Amino acid sequence: MPQVFHPSANTLSRVVLFGLAAGPAALLGTMMLLVRSPFQTQVGVVREQPVQFSHEHHVKGLGIDCRFCHSSVETSASAGMPPTHTCMTCHSQIWSGSPMLEPVRASFKEQKPLAWTRVHDVPDFVYFHHGVHVQKGVGCAECHGRIDNMPLAWREKPLTMEWCLECHRNPEPRLRPKDEVFVMDWTPPEGSGLEAAREANPKSHVEVGQLTNCSICHR
Amino acid sequence: MAETHHHAGGGDPLPPVIAPGHTYASVTATIADVVLKRPPDWRWFLGMGAASSLLLIFGGAVANLLLTGVGIWGVNAPVMWGWAIINFVWWVGIGHAGTLISAILLLLKQQWRTSINRFAEAMTLFAVACAGMFPLLHMGRPWKFFWMMPYPSTMALLPQWRSPLVWDVFAVSTYATVSALFWYVGLIPDLATLRDRAKNKYLAMAYGALALGWRGSGRHWARYKTAYMLLAGMSTPLVVSVHTVVSLDFAAGVIPGWHATIFPPYFVAGAIFSGFAMVVTLCVPLRSWYGLKDFITDRHLDNMAKIMLATGMIVGYGYAMEFFIAWYSGNPFEEYLLLHARPFGTYKNAYRTMICCNVLIPQLLWAPSIRRNAVVLWVISIFVNIGMWLERYVIVITSLSEDFLPSSWAPYSPTIWDVATFAGTIGLFTFFIFLFVRSLPAIAIAEMRELVHETQHHGHGAQAHGEKA
Repeated sequence: MPQVFHPSANTLSRVVLFGLAAGPAALLGTMMLLVRSPFQTQVGVVREQPVQFSHEHHVKGLGIDCRFCHSSVETSASAGMPPTHTCMTCHSQIWSGSPMLEPVRASFKEQKPLAWTRVHDVPDFVYFHHGVHVQKGVGCAECHGRIDNMPLAWREKPLTMEWCLECHRNPEPRLRPKDEVFVMDWTPPEGSGLEAAREANPKSHVEVGQLTNCSICHR
Repeated sequence: MAETHHHAGGGDPLPPVIAPGHTYASVTATIADVVLKRPPDWRWFLGMGAASSLLLIFGGAVANLLLTGVGIWGVNAPVMWGWAIINFVWWVGIGHAGTLISAILLLLKQQWRTSINRFAEAMTLFAVACAGMFPLLHMGRPWKFFWMMPYPSTMALLPQWRSPLVWDVFAVSTYATVSALFWYVGLIPDLATLRDRAKNKYLAMAYGALALGWRGSGRHWARYKTAYMLLAGMSTPLVVSVHTVVSLDFAAGVIPGWHATIFPPYFVAGAIFSGFAMVVTLCVPLRSWYGLKDFITDRHLDNMAKIMLATGMIVGYGYAMEFFIAWYSGNPFEEYLLLHARPFGTYKNAYRTMICCNVLIPQLLWAPSIRRNAVVLWVISIFVNIGMWLERYVIVITSLSEDFLPSSWAPYSPTIWDVATFAGTIGLFTFFIFLFVRSLPAIAIAEMRELVHETQHHGHGAQAHGEKA
């Protein structure tokens, strides 16, 4: 009786065995990486906007405080997008002929809000509250990165639940004195770091044990 | 062999575990020819056609379920578990006899397991495949099923380890994996036999690839035996724990009629009861259609009937204890459910039919003439299958439909989609069974050859079987 398999089947069977083990592992690994990559999290991805608004120019260049435009950030859940009127406070006089600002003037004239593309969009089953984070001493830069260095806005952090919980389980290293919240380039004073934050913590009533309850965000 | 002692007395009218006169060659030829030589006849095409039609219905039912939602089923607010969970438990239960036959009877050195273990294990696999459908499909959002798995998710969440439904995921997936491994390891020498007997080159390559280069050397066999015994040793606690976990889905709840500590052993007994009923349901036609009566003899039917009788009595004891404890506990909710709602309430017909099928009809099996009558035994096994389905129906539906608050009492009735999904899994099961009998040896050839060897050369065994020759 002839042999069923050619000797080359030895190699083939080893490759198949390896593939049976490595294939699913590689597939799972790729999926794990993919959901954490900018493809899924959009970290560092610049989105098309109706107006090429530059935070770099307005914050670093002109020194405008965050709250001038995002006025409700200290009190309400939403930090608020500034209405066209806020833009026109200056741009009715400054660069009033710039073609770049044409959509802003059109919006003002037609009484139609500018359709900004949201860069930080969490699903609607997540109830994120800006006010409480600002009140407890989470600086803007902790979550949004150095927005004063962004000519066009991008997402600095992945906004995954994993990322949120990392801080809710161990907030101290990310907290700062309340009056430093809106300072973009704040760094903890030399040597004080964690201790200062731990001391400040009881004063701001951050109860770490409760911060990971579902009802904190998923109301 | 333990088995040879009790019928060495001469007065035993039962045939031996293998009809006399068989040689290695005749055993091999008879079993392998079913796969390699016999063309499929009209019964196979009829069965496969029916199974495939049901499978199409299953596809339709699942498609509608995914597109429309679980609301197409008859489940309502108090009765949130309906046919899906009933069918799940029923199918898992059926699977357990396969493991009992292949693992526990192996550890107990029961020779009569040899000719039924292969298709009983196949039955286990296919039943678990059907069972596995329901936990997935009865989710409102089945596409999120992987959230039940512990993996490093971007949500930094793990499953809730205290839920028996999470244990179910592990129990059923481990059970399916170990059963598949056990079955495959057992198949390797037989696949090599098919490889060597196949005339078609491509068929030989297919069986050859699956046989993994088995040459049957002494070293092969020594390791094979060790692995097989180890797998049997692992499957035995598995079979008990899997159905225990399934029973904890109910027993861990607070619902009257569910919260009973007798559930784990009583469910396992019920699983073996229904599983053996399904083995009988399958093997009676199998042995007559494929001419395997020399291997699956009336002794096998007799032994399986005895196990059905024994486990049926345990199940009967379970019913009696539930009844007794309901009265003995003095708990008004339990008393209402067990002593009034089940026997006299809305679902009294289901309850009474269940008692008939599971407790009364199996009593016929005390009679040896009934145990050895294939047709009567087959009919009884069908009744047991129905009865055990009704047992899960009674446990799931009656307990939920009328529990603590009368304001949340509601009757349950299934919709056409419940029926279609269940019928569809029957189609899936039979589809696999028909595929299996055509493509793999339904009886373990290597083990049968071993049995021939033992009966011919094993001292007292040869004597005992020789007498009846």
